[in-house]
Amino acid sequence: MLEAVDLAAVRGDRRLFAGLGFSLLEGELLHVHGVNGSGKTTLLRMLCGLVVPEEGRILWEGKDIRSEREAYLRNLVYLGHLGALKGDLTGVENLRITETLAGEAVTEDQAMAALQDVGLHGHEDLPVRVLSQGQRRRVALARLALSQAGLWILDEPFTALDKASVAALRARLENHLKQGGMVILTTHQEIDIDTALVKQVALG
Amino acid sequence: MKRDLILAVRRMSDVLTTLFFFIIVVSLFPLGIGPEVEILRMIAPGVVWVAAILASMLALGRLFEGDYRDGTLEQMLLAPQPLSVLVLGKVLAHWAVSGLPLVLMAPLLGLQFGMTAEGLGVLLVSLVLGTPAISLIGAVGAALTLGVRGGGVLVSLLVLPLYIPVLIFGAGAVEASVTGLGAEAHLSLLGAILALALCFAPWATAAALRISLD
Repeated sequence: MLEAVDLAAVRGDRRLFAGLGFSLLEGELLHVHGVNGSGKTTLLRMLCGLVVPEEGRILWEGKDIRSEREAYLRNLVYLGHLGALKGDLTGVENLRITETLAGEAVTEDQAMAALQDVGLHGHEDLPVRVLSQGQRRRVALARLALSQAGLWILDEPFTALDKASVAALRARLENHLKQGGMVILTTHQEIDIDTALVKQVALG
Repeated sequence: MKRDLILAVRRMSDVLTTLFFFIIVVSLFPLGIGPEVEILRMIAPGVVWVAAILASMLALGRLFEGDYRDGTLEQMLLAPQPLSVLVLGKVLAHWAVSGLPLVLMAPLLGLQFGMTAEGLGVLLVSLVLGTPAISLIGAVGAALTLGVRGGGVLVSLLVLPLYIPVLIFGAGAVEASVTGLGAEAHLSLLGAILALALCFAPWATAAALRISLD
């Protein structure tokens, strides 16, 4: 269970939000709404532990994420705006490196299968810089197929994806939630997932 | 670290720029000063050391910049391993591609200055001890100025004064051995600086990265 208690964020001298609280159980999805610049990304980065909250606490299984850093991070996948992809490396190499960094070793075949899963068949050996925006996004999203982590924090995962990929990602989210995973995401699209409880947080 | 080495090989030009900068700067001195062997021999250690420091400054900007821009640095902060260990790996990889070639090239350049074999040996050892320390100390500055506009100039201002001890003992070691004083004292002090940098710099760099990404 992930709990946020009385969170507040300040950027420069602007107060983005204050008194924000929610709790998220296994199998639940948290959809963060808000206009541009309302602090969605800041909130997600805060939930990862990248940004220190101005006020309030974030609890994972009842313990502060800052004191339980290692256990928390092992159970977390964060995909930000930036795909964390190296343009000079191929998709397979990129996946294996990010997964190694996340503490999960992945074989070349597994990475290959994950890329084919997101519809990048035949593009595995190309350096990522020659791929299109949407294809690069899909390489980043392929991590979700490899990771064992229970909590996914996704910043605008649907951006630049075509219709088929959006549907595939939705199916992947549903499947993850059904298996007792948790998802926190921001998007401007409507997401209709009825197999799981969708909670909403509105900022700004 | 393995990833950084692969990346460096894919981007050979970056490595070569640093190396050629070093070679050209060092070669300019004999051309400018003229063929008096005595003067050249006297200034050689200082010239090689200053050029090595400037060349490594050139490479310093690239240490975290790429990772910062494409989001890899965020993922590094979210890795379960301690950040300082990852930083240490990154800095060592950086040294292997930017510092090590300089070290290997230095004796060859020393010949241009008419240095003796003994002097060249000490120069090599002093660079082997000194350049990793330079990379480690520089990493703190690079992490602090991450994402700041005009960070390159700022990092020089921050870091160059911190290089002074390394420069003094590095160049001093060669000079001491040439004048017959023995280089051991200087070299052990250089080693001490390296040991200190190994202990504290990764930790300070990790803290600076967290601040830069907050």
